[in-house]
Amino acid sequence: MGDYLLMMISAIFANNILLIRFLGLCPYVGVSSNVNSSVGMSGAALFVNVLASTFTWLVYNYLLVPFQLEYLRTVAFILVIASLVQLVEIVLQKTAPALYRALGIYLPLITTNCMIFGTAVLNINQDNAFFDAVIYAFATAIGFSLALLILAGLRERFAIGKVPNMMNGFPIALISAGLMGLCFQGFIGLGQ
Amino acid sequence: MSTIWQEFSKGLWKEVPPFRFVLGLCPTLAVTGKVSSALGLGCGVIFVLMVSNTLISIFKQYIPGKIRVPVFIVIIASAVTIVELMMEAYFYTLYEVLGIWIPLIVVNCLILGRAEAFARKNPVRLAVADGAGMGLGFTISLVVLATFREVIGSGTWFGLSVLPPSYIGFDLVQNPPGAFICLGLLLALINLISAKTESKRQEC
Repeated sequence: MGDYLLMMISAIFANNILLIRFLGLCPYVGVSSNVNSSVGMSGAALFVNVLASTFTWLVYNYLLVPFQLEYLRTVAFILVIASLVQLVEIVLQKTAPALYRALGIYLPLITTNCMIFGTAVLNINQDNAFFDAVIYAFATAIGFSLALLILAGLRERFAIGKVPNMMNGFPIALISAGLMGLCFQGFIGLGQ
Repeated sequence: MSTIWQEFSKGLWKEVPPFRFVLGLCPTLAVTGKVSSALGLGCGVIFVLMVSNTLISIFKQYIPGKIRVPVFIVIIASAVTIVELMMEAYFYTLYEVLGIWIPLIVVNCLILGRAEAFARKNPVRLAVADGAGMGLGFTISLVVLATFREVIGSGTWFGLSVLPPSYIGFDLVQNPPGAFICLGLLLALINLISAKTESKRQEC
């Protein structure tokens, strides 16, 4: 149990997927200008990340490894993720229309989110066991949501503050993300 | 000839990918700690972008509109797999340094973005020029950012020391948070230059 806790803290803070590992930055700067859309994106990312890591782990270990097709990893994973997102979209639309509406356009956007693909590849590179892989995916998605929500809050403040013209928009968002990253890095040493 | 040149050169300043559109940010930040890794990834991206643009432009009539994105992604993923295997075979140290970032070229929004916005509507020669220009622009941006970070962070450029040995590296710039700050400052600088040239043009 302690190991899992440590792994989660490490994945959420010290090795935050966004600020330290730089995965999933496009939605990070894209949707973080307001809190509501960030909540939608976080929800969709959490959901798909756990599912995608589960499926890609199974595909890799029970399909690619036995047939010695490891070199097809990239193609296989991206196909699994793309079809999974489609499937989730269709299933949600039928079974949970409220959730589907809440996630909205963020669900299809997730296909090209490098966080999903990155987590799947990292799980393989780190030789995670099945349960570890699922926990890891969950924790990275939580880390993503945390960083996204904090930045969205900050950017809503910038919108009403006085920012120099040339810094407006992306530059100020990136610099504040950097300062946030410094705080997150302070947790190094807590986990591994 | 002039249109090919136009498509090629627009990637170099007017629409230079990571700075103007903020596309493909993740690798921009991750591999720019050192100039050599930035250049390595840049070359991979140029190759993938040219291959995917060429293939998509050749097969554009045969790709059904509704499932074009999965088809594009499979084409891109195949090109990336080629790059990955080639790097593992011939440039193993680079392969080790770049690690996860080579497979991640697949989800670089720049490549899918060019396929969607340009290659599927234009003839092959323009698509190749566009891919080469955008790829080169991307590589140059990576190298510029990496130069900034490597020189200030550790006083070296491409592994050669360029500052006097008494210079103590400024660690922050090489750390992940520093990457965000450097890119932010660089974008601000580009905004400033663009605004200056714009106002000058209006005065004329």
